[in-house]
Amino acid sequence: MTDSKTRAAAAPQVSGHEKTSEKSWHEVVLERLKANDVKLIVYVPDRVFTPLIKAIHADPFFITFAATREEEAIGIVTGAWMGGMRGAVLMQTSGFATIPNALASLVVPSQIPALIFVSERGTLGEFNLGQAMVCKTMRPVLNALGVETHTITRQDELAFIIDRSIKQAVATLAPVTFILSPLLTGGKVFEQ
Amino acid sequence: MTQKPTGAVSAHNAKVMNRFDLTKRLVATLKHDEAVIGGIGNANFDLWATGQRPQNFYMLGSMGLTIPIAFGVAIAQPERHVVALEGDGSLLMQLGCLATVAMRAPKNLTMVVWDNGVYQITGSQPTPTAATADLVAVARGSGLANSNWAADEDDFDRLFAAALKSGGPNLIAARIDSKPAVGATDRDPVQIRERFMRGIGGKK
Ligand SMILES: Cc1ncc(C[n+]2csc(CCOP(=O)(O)OP(=O)(O)O)c2C)c(N)n1
Repeated sequence: MTDSKTRAAAAPQVSGHEKTSEKSWHEVVLERLKANDVKLIVYVPDRVFTPLIKAIHADPFFITFAATREEEAIGIVTGAWMGGMRGAVLMQTSGFATIPNALASLVVPSQIPALIFVSERGTLGEFNLGQAMVCKTMRPVLNALGVETHTITRQDELAFIIDRSIKQAVATLAPVTFILSPLLTGGKVFEQ
Repeated sequence: MTQKPTGAVSAHNAKVMNRFDLTKRLVATLKHDEAVIGGIGNANFDLWATGQRPQNFYMLGSMGLTIPIAFGVAIAQPERHVVALEGDGSLLMQLGCLATVAMRAPKNLTMVVWDNGVYQITGSQPTPTAATADLVAVARGSGLANSNWAADEDDFDRLFAAALKSGGPNLIAARIDSKPAVGATDRDPVQIRERFMRGIGGKK
């Protein structure tokens, strides 16, 4: 733990509106996870997150695998945090709708800095009504629980938001949710 | 019981034992600061009643997440053995975690299932294990080859001692009587988490 703290502290700080446009969004996310010593990545797959998941699997720094359900992933990173390892979970908007109980009865009351990345579906060109409805429930739930939430739409703010928010989550022992908008990732489009 | 026996001991010829008694036996076996995660309700109440080891985590809510939490601790600390104590109703809520654990095959994880055939803490409504489901067969089918019913107390001790020694993951199921839990955990999640983290060195 001491070791990893030093490493994270030594990582270069990112400034706002950095020119990172030559990198793709998933390269930036992976870099920031690594720079902050977030080793364990547990996910339930999402099409838009596929390049990020692939890159994380390809990088031996990470321990990564799929869980069968988003709640399970939340439980796993909670245990890892208590054991001294930082973790993040990746999920789709529909997956978020399965975790309010785990947030309200475990993560929030136990003060676990769970890092939650949501690939946003249900808006900006959604073709599936179910996804659109589920999307409407996400922010009200996060607000009701008082969970710090950032919707990220711009590439030039991505590294700054993730970097600073991971540091804040760890320092204040509070979870944080990053909602990655289709404006950033391109989202999933309906193919006729 | 209609299920087929899955090994030498099956759900229907395993002795019905007491959760607090088995929890005491299990805790008495621990000699290397093993971490123990007690599941929602009775599983953590009886763990609490055995004395509050700093390496115990009492899960107050989040029904079904005992094994995922224990698995997370096991990933973070591969040198420490981690034990999950989970009720049958709770495990049935999150069966997928058995497949995940089997796929990752952590050597330092032992899962103990207290199968009383009911959701005892909410009024003892029957679970499917009382009629048709066999959680050891489910675990084996999920890829957890080292999954066994404990025939009696001595067999439980033997299985648990072997699990701590040999490579895991292991799952031990025990049929449990209808006696209520002996203690009740102090409901202070932050203090529980802090103590546990310091107890296992997750926080210095
Ligand atoms: C998601 C969720 N659903 C339902 C409950 C209510 N609940 C709490 S404990 C419990 C039963 C647990 O049964 P089991 O794991 O078999 O343990 P036992 O009570 O028999 O010891 C239920 C239904 C809950 N806390 N959370």
